[in-house]
Amino acid sequence: MPSPENSASAIPVGDQPRATTVLLQARQLGFAVDGRTLWRGLDLTLRAGERLAVAGASGSGKTLLLRTLAGLEPVQCGELIFQDRPLTDWSMPAYRARVVYIPQRPALPEGLVETALRVPFQFRVHRQQPFPLDRAQELLAMLGRDEKFLQQHTERLSGGEGQIVAMLRALLIGPDVLLLDEPTASLDARAVGAIETLVESWLQAHPQRACVWTSHDRNQLQRISDRVLSLEAVA
Amino acid sequence: MNTGYINLDNWQLGFAALLIVLNLAISVWLRLGLARNLLVASVRMVVQLLLVGFILDSVFALTTPLPVIGIGVVMAALASLAAVQRTRRRFPGIYWNSLLSTLGAAFVVTGAALAGIINVQPWFAPQYAIPLLGMVLGNLLTGISLALDRFMQGVARESGVIESDLALGATRWEAARPLISEALRTGMIPTINAMMVMGVVSLPGMMTGQMLAGAAPTAAVRYQIVIMFMIAATTALGTLAVILLAYRRLFNRRHQLCATRLQTIERSGA
Repeated sequence: MPSPENSASAIPVGDQPRATTVLLQARQLGFAVDGRTLWRGLDLTLRAGERLAVAGASGSGKTLLLRTLAGLEPVQCGELIFQDRPLTDWSMPAYRARVVYIPQRPALPEGLVETALRVPFQFRVHRQQPFPLDRAQELLAMLGRDEKFLQQHTERLSGGEGQIVAMLRALLIGPDVLLLDEPTASLDARAVGAIETLVESWLQAHPQRACVWTSHDRNQLQRISDRVLSLEAVA
Repeated sequence: MNTGYINLDNWQLGFAALLIVLNLAISVWLRLGLARNLLVASVRMVVQLLLVGFILDSVFALTTPLPVIGIGVVMAALASLAAVQRTRRRFPGIYWNSLLSTLGAAFVVTGAALAGIINVQPWFAPQYAIPLLGMVLGNLLTGISLALDRFMQGVARESGVIESDLALGATRWEAARPLISEALRTGMIPTINAMMVMGVVSLPGMMTGQMLAGAAPTAAVRYQIVIMFMIAATTALGTLAVILLAYRRLFNRRHQLCATRLQTIERSGA
């Protein structure tokens, strides 16, 4: 288990070279729900190429932290900076096209898997890029699934398969930062391996990418992250 | 002018009231448990209508526009209140949204019809303005409550899909549009259904009333046609306004879904 830390100074524990470009930075973030402070004075720096894990007991606000980083929750105090610009200067759709959050239990629209994958490409922010069907098939192959998966109905998918669709959908729009909330919680061991490989290959494909994970599985956190941010330290 | 119909005396009303005994008998026999509600509803109906008859007598004698507009505002306020009370969820400001939409839509359409279509002289003539506004409001109320309920239910139940869309770069409008369309469709359905069967299955109350009062059926249906188009326009305008206002409340400028603003209320009664 990497040692928990919450300061901006990263302690690399993996064999990853220390990256220099700062992608996403949080300064003195604080969050309270119904008057109860979940965390405060939280500093976080995510550098290009980095894999950051967020640890904390359930109820410590891991999901809320990722949602805040994704801009889905209002920043109650502190500030977020992405690519040297404060979040307040970003148009939210443009920001979220770069920093994509995948929830613990992804909700998919009714219909075919392919239809679900095409949804983001109808948004104005992605409209200039066509739906990359080849890339989708390529990624599916990495997950050990064939093209028939695209023609399945989302209502009939298992929790794990839904997670795979959500992951694929996020990767297809080509983000810079992935925020993964327990992405493998409902998957079997083989699928867990496949998802981890998928994220790893996405990360390796471009030097200006980074991801943040949360997971209950300590072994997994050690496997997939370079360092750990503990929410207990900032509660 | 009023020679064509029979004035009803109190004893005639009394006989009519006996008809409710049929309902009571059925309710008691089949233990429907409706007897009490039936009685309360009957008494309320009689008292409210007798009262309104007295009030309208003096309202129809009004010769200045302000009191007529005042009465219209009160009617619209009551309708907007009732519309919200029929929904199962609330958000801060929902009553104001409903009031604004009801007032705006009903006044614009009724005003345009009075002054521009029916050409009433003077334009606020209460004998026309109040009944027409009442009919428009009654239908708008249903449209607003159905549309609001559907929209809030959609936001509550489909928050996962909405936030997934937002998280992938959707604007708040892109994320909410399916729900907005669905809500508007739901709000318009009763009006469309009513127009579909009008004259074939149903003879609307206003038309029936005019015919009882001696109007020629061919003249009465003309009023009915105007009022139906008024209702359709008001419902479209009012539901659109109330849904857009609700949308602005539940999706903020930073394209975030404020689902916590939505609260389910405990149902009491119907």
